[in-house]
Amino acid sequence: MLARDDGAVHGAQTGGRVDLVVIADMVAAGTRVLDVGCGDGQLLKLLGETRRVDGRGIEISREGVNHCVAKGLAVIQGDADVDLADYPDDAFDYVVLSQTLQATRRPRWVLEQMLRIGRRGIVSFPNFGHWRTRSQIFFRGRMPVTNNLPDAWYDTPNIHLCTIRDFVELVRELDVKMERAVALDHWGRRVRLLAPWWFWNLFGEQAVFLLTRKG
Amino acid sequence: MSVIRLEGAAAKSRAEAIRREADEPGSSLVRFGADKPLKLDAGVELSPFQVAYMTYGELNAQRTNAILVCHALSGDQYVFGEHPATGNNGWWETMVGPGLPIDTNRFFVICPNVIGSCMGTTGPASKNPATGEPYGLSFPVVTIRDMVRAQAMLLDHLGIESVLCVTGGSMGAMQALQWASSYPGRVFSALPLAGAARHSAQNIAFHEVGRQAVMADPDWRAGRYLVEGTSPRRGLAVARMAAHITYLSDAALHRKFGRELQDRATRTFSFDADFQVESYLRHQGSIFVERFDANSYLYITRAMDYFDLVAEHGGVLANAFKGAKTRFCVVSFTSDWLFPTSDARAIVHALNAGGASVSFAEIVTDKGHDAFLLEEPELFAITRGFLEAAARDRGLPPVKG
Repeated sequence: MLARDDGAVHGAQTGGRVDLVVIADMVAAGTRVLDVGCGDGQLLKLLGETRRVDGRGIEISREGVNHCVAKGLAVIQGDADVDLADYPDDAFDYVVLSQTLQATRRPRWVLEQMLRIGRRGIVSFPNFGHWRTRSQIFFRGRMPVTNNLPDAWYDTPNIHLCTIRDFVELVRELDVKMERAVALDHWGRRVRLLAPWWFWNLFGEQAVFLLTRKG
Repeated sequence: MSVIRLEGAAAKSRAEAIRREADEPGSSLVRFGADKPLKLDAGVELSPFQVAYMTYGELNAQRTNAILVCHALSGDQYVFGEHPATGNNGWWETMVGPGLPIDTNRFFVICPNVIGSCMGTTGPASKNPATGEPYGLSFPVVTIRDMVRAQAMLLDHLGIESVLCVTGGSMGAMQALQWASSYPGRVFSALPLAGAARHSAQNIAFHEVGRQAVMADPDWRAGRYLVEGTSPRRGLAVARMAAHITYLSDAALHRKFGRELQDRATRTFSFDADFQVESYLRHQGSIFVERFDANSYLYITRAMDYFDLVAEHGGVLANAFKGAKTRFCVVSFTSDWLFPTSDARAIVHALNAGGASVSFAEIVTDKGHDAFLLEEPELFAITRGFLEAAARDRGLPPVKG
């Protein structure tokens, strides 16, 4: 695991989105980054300011896109499930999916596209295996509603939720190298580094993975 | 009676002023002599020729703050302020001016009249120096690329190596895309609005209806109406009426006019303009023929029909922008059925495939194709943001205050 470098960014710059800070720390300065599902452009702005990256974004919501473009960010209105196919191989150094993967129709395909378009991929997602979500199902028998998953089952855009262990399993199937992994607890603190996967899966509320294509 | 006669005289003098614009425009003008012919796609050279243009704002010492504004089919070089011949407002008063999104306090805006038009740049209404008569149909068929070539010669003349941005809507967007493709090194950014990389079959079809209307008018005289002292007013008006419908949307027409009757309580059981929408279209047709040359209408619609950046690059649009350093912002409007969002997406896909920096926004509006000319706050915010980022990255000083 790499140590945090001098250019480390902090939560105050991201409106409390700790996963964005972790992602920014994984991106080398001066690189080309595609942020898939970039929302209102928070991460792109952060990466531009702290890492001097050449950043691009795709966002499905018109409001998000128009907001980003008005801020001077290079963002297009598009659907990750369809439009990633149009990007050439190796167009970017990093492709980022921050809290996006679980909202795609074809997560596996999106991951494959991600590592075709970029040599490296960074994925952050809410861990459905966290003890709070587990206990809501176990004790109340209801679909979980938490800080990270605030919508009711019938309203949520998150149609493909997974646990940290599910994701690790998929990464193995895809034959992709897992370069770094970070789990964040309820307070945005990193879960102990050397803890076993089951521990991460229980106490990590969010996870961030840095993946690299093999070969 | 005398009032009517005076109005008639005023209209006549205005018509003469507009007619004079074709050779002696009220704007800036550059004449290119025999040593600098315009090489046309048709395989012939146009020489001598002239380009009429307007500039607004000041060019900075580094010559890095120029923005080239390209006008649409029936536009001209008068972007804002009073038109010297028609007395109308400029065509992009909402967008360009001091403090507006394309801020003339900050940027040096250049707008040339296109080749083939009739407001001072050489076109079919211009006098052919070889004959002393207007060119008429002896004027060669021109293309969007020819328009852009002439603009490049204008920039050379002005000593501007590269522009901060090329922008325009509709045919202006075609020019912006052609610029980025033909002269990538001269275009720092491009902002094509409501445009396409190729004219669709439906759009060619609409243009053909317009041209046939002009040519079916007996006063067109096989294109020699200027020499013969007639004017194909009815044909050109019908062409404009048909085209005008395509610039709006069903929703906008319904909102503006619905089925309301014009100055009458009931239907007249005649072919008068009973409905407001009929009256409106007739008005649009009649004011257009006052200010536009019928042959120019034929030539410019033809240029748009021929526009096809895809075919120009072996069927692969991405090749038009391969390795482009230019940054793009493509904008479409939800109710634009003339240049629908799918056309904009085709451009965006090609730019992505070519690895270019591209933004793409679709703006929700019921105003149709003409939305780019109208009050659209989201368009203004996007234009400001895009230009601001381009200006910053080109090293222009930030806006004061």
